[in-house]
Amino acid sequence: MEETEEEKKDEADYKRLHSFPLIRHSDMPEEMRVETMELCVTACEKFATNNESAAKMIKETMDKKFGSSWHVVIGEGFGFEITHEVKNLLYMFFGGNLAVCVWKCS
Amino acid sequence: EREYKLVDYLDQTVIHFSLNGNLIPKDSDEGRRQSIRSITEAGSHWCVFSQAAGEGEGEEEEEGAGDEAAEEPEAAEAAEPAEAEEPPPPKGPEKKLQNQFNFIERASTTPFNPLRERGCQSEPIPSLNFSDTVRQWDIYDAYVEELQRMEKAKEKEKSKPQAVKKEEEEKRGARKLSHVEVQYVDPITRVAKAAKIAERMVTLNTFDDIAQDFKYFEDASDEFRAQQGTLLPLWNFQYEKTKKLAVTAISWNPKYKDLFAVGYGSYDFMKQGHGMVLLYTLKNPSFPEYIFSSNSGVMCLDFNSEHPHLMAVGFYDGNVAIYSLRKETSQPSYKSSAQSGKHSGPVWQVKWQKDDMDNNSNFFSVSSDGRIVSWTLVKNELVHMDVIKLSAEGTMQGPEGLQLQTLGCGTSFDFHKKIDYLFLVGTEEGKIYKCSKNYSRQFLDVFEAHHMAVDTVSWNPFHLKVFISCSSDWTVKIWDHTIKTPMFVYDLSCAVGDVAWSPYSSTVFAAVTIDGKAHVFDLNINKHEALCTQLVVTRKKNKTTHIQFNPFFPIIIVGDERGLVTSLKLSPNLRKMPKEKKGQEVKKGPEVEMAKLEKLLSLVREPKDKA
Repeated sequence: MEETEEEKKDEADYKRLHSFPLIRHSDMPEEMRVETMELCVTACEKFATNNESAAKMIKETMDKKFGSSWHVVIGEGFGFEITHEVKNLLYMFFGGNLAVCVWKCS
Repeated sequence: EREYKLVDYLDQTVIHFSLNGNLIPKDSDEGRRQSIRSITEAGSHWCVFSQAAGEGEGEEEEEGAGDEAAEEPEAAEAAEPAEAEEPPPPKGPEKKLQNQFNFIERASTTPFNPLRERGCQSEPIPSLNFSDTVRQWDIYDAYVEELQRMEKAKEKEKSKPQAVKKEEEEKRGARKLSHVEVQYVDPITRVAKAAKIAERMVTLNTFDDIAQDFKYFEDASDEFRAQQGTLLPLWNFQYEKTKKLAVTAISWNPKYKDLFAVGYGSYDFMKQGHGMVLLYTLKNPSFPEYIFSSNSGVMCLDFNSEHPHLMAVGFYDGNVAIYSLRKETSQPSYKSSAQSGKHSGPVWQVKWQKDDMDNNSNFFSVSSDGRIVSWTLVKNELVHMDVIKLSAEGTMQGPEGLQLQTLGCGTSFDFHKKIDYLFLVGTEEGKIYKCSKNYSRQFLDVFEAHHMAVDTVSWNPFHLKVFISCSSDWTVKIWDHTIKTPMFVYDLSCAVGDVAWSPYSSTVFAAVTIDGKAHVFDLNINKHEALCTQLVVTRKKNKTTHIQFNPFFPIIIVGDERGLVTSLKLSPNLRKMPKEKKGQEVKKGPEVEMAKLEKLLSLVREPKDKA
């Protein structure tokens, strides 16, 4: 009983601790990076169950703000190889188990 | 009957000709009926035309019409089957009515502009590839790492409590940016290395013929001039900021054969300004490699042979400094000051010594205040120690009957190559003192050398006993330090600025005089006259101040009063190795050089001994 309680606590802790957005790689300028990161967090929190809608929201907002054409991938486990325009890539983790990759390439 | 008959009515008009035509007005009933009929018939519009044309007047018209009439039936036949299939053909084109005049239709077309395709393409947007794989454990590991890093940072900050930082942290809350930052490198610095290489290549191309001369040119006419040689001018080194300064010191770098340092200052007591040290390389004569500036004129400089990036510099205001070529700044790495025992007169010469027992580099300086000071670089500081005071002979009567020791003013010195403690000091009074580092109060010997200030003393690089001195009293003298009188005296009829031994031969030396001439002597060939006397600087009133041999290449550099450094190549006659008997190889090495000089000296010495 105690163990399971502890486990639950750990889980909750883990979720709490690990839910901040952690940028893995980015070559965006500072402002753009912050904006994009906040947008990703908002989208992921809004569409917590549906990665596709979250990605759609991010992509459309990015297109409007920074020009076409953006690509967004959200998932829990994937590998990728992409070509991106210089200074237009953001790759971050969020929520303890989500990875988001946003890049621009026309 | 021959009477006039009365006609009842006589018309005024007389009809000569009458013809019943069959023209029907188009708009009348019959005309309309006919035209409809003609259209519905196959090829009928041609017939209408022929009708209309047939009634035309004029011969040509008739001919033309005849032609057309001939063509039309053919065309009409061709058109008939085609039009039979078509739905009611459109009304015939309304033809222009031909007039009776000579109607010529003339058509023209505008010039035809051929279409050309021209495309342009902008630079593709720079793009990069990026790849990664992410799995659940990657995400977990990343978060754990981040948390650990945050904790460490927090610990560090706890040890240095800074309220501002903590507030900021709290504001940000859990949101932290990653520590991976992309550095923005100034694009110019990235190009720096490539630009330097390109600059070298460009100057090499510009000065290509000089570079070829430097390497390969040997004056062929030297064969005909047995006892004379020439100096071939090579590159000139100039820098705009030093045009008003005189060259006060030249020194070759011991490690890099093409790098040399030039010190700039002013010999004029009244006009003292700033000073500079420039380092040039033979590979780039157009711009110095390193530039150092200072408040006071530079009087002398020397490279440390063990640490070729260190340069000791002596200033007109009595300070000494060490510049390091490794550092980017143009300020000295270490500098003496009034507290740390700088000289009270201009420092005329500095020379590095071997590292002392603690592996600290040290150098000596001589100055007009009569002190020879040893400076040691101890833990990033210059520590000075007076080695010797040049007391002039005799004491002066000061006020109130005090006996004062007068101090001579040292103007140059040189250390012996082999015997470490032995050195010579030349003074402003014309004396040369032979001193030892071990004795600080007394000299080993005094030479009454010159009548005016001794500008340079220099030991022979090969022969252990011989040294040379030059002075503003127009003479260059060669001495054996065991003998009080000079071995050779050369009167150059003009104040001598500098003299230097050649590094390759013990009997060759060069001197520059103030009138801009360089003299090269070879004692082996001609004991009394210079092998070469050549005007080095072209501008009038330009005094040549210093001369140095390059230790590796057969060139000399001469500095003058206008900040110009000229490099000259020695012609073969000036660099002759002594020829032994035929068949024997020319021996090389310091022993040979020594023997050479010894032989010469003995010739000079013996009569003196006898006498």
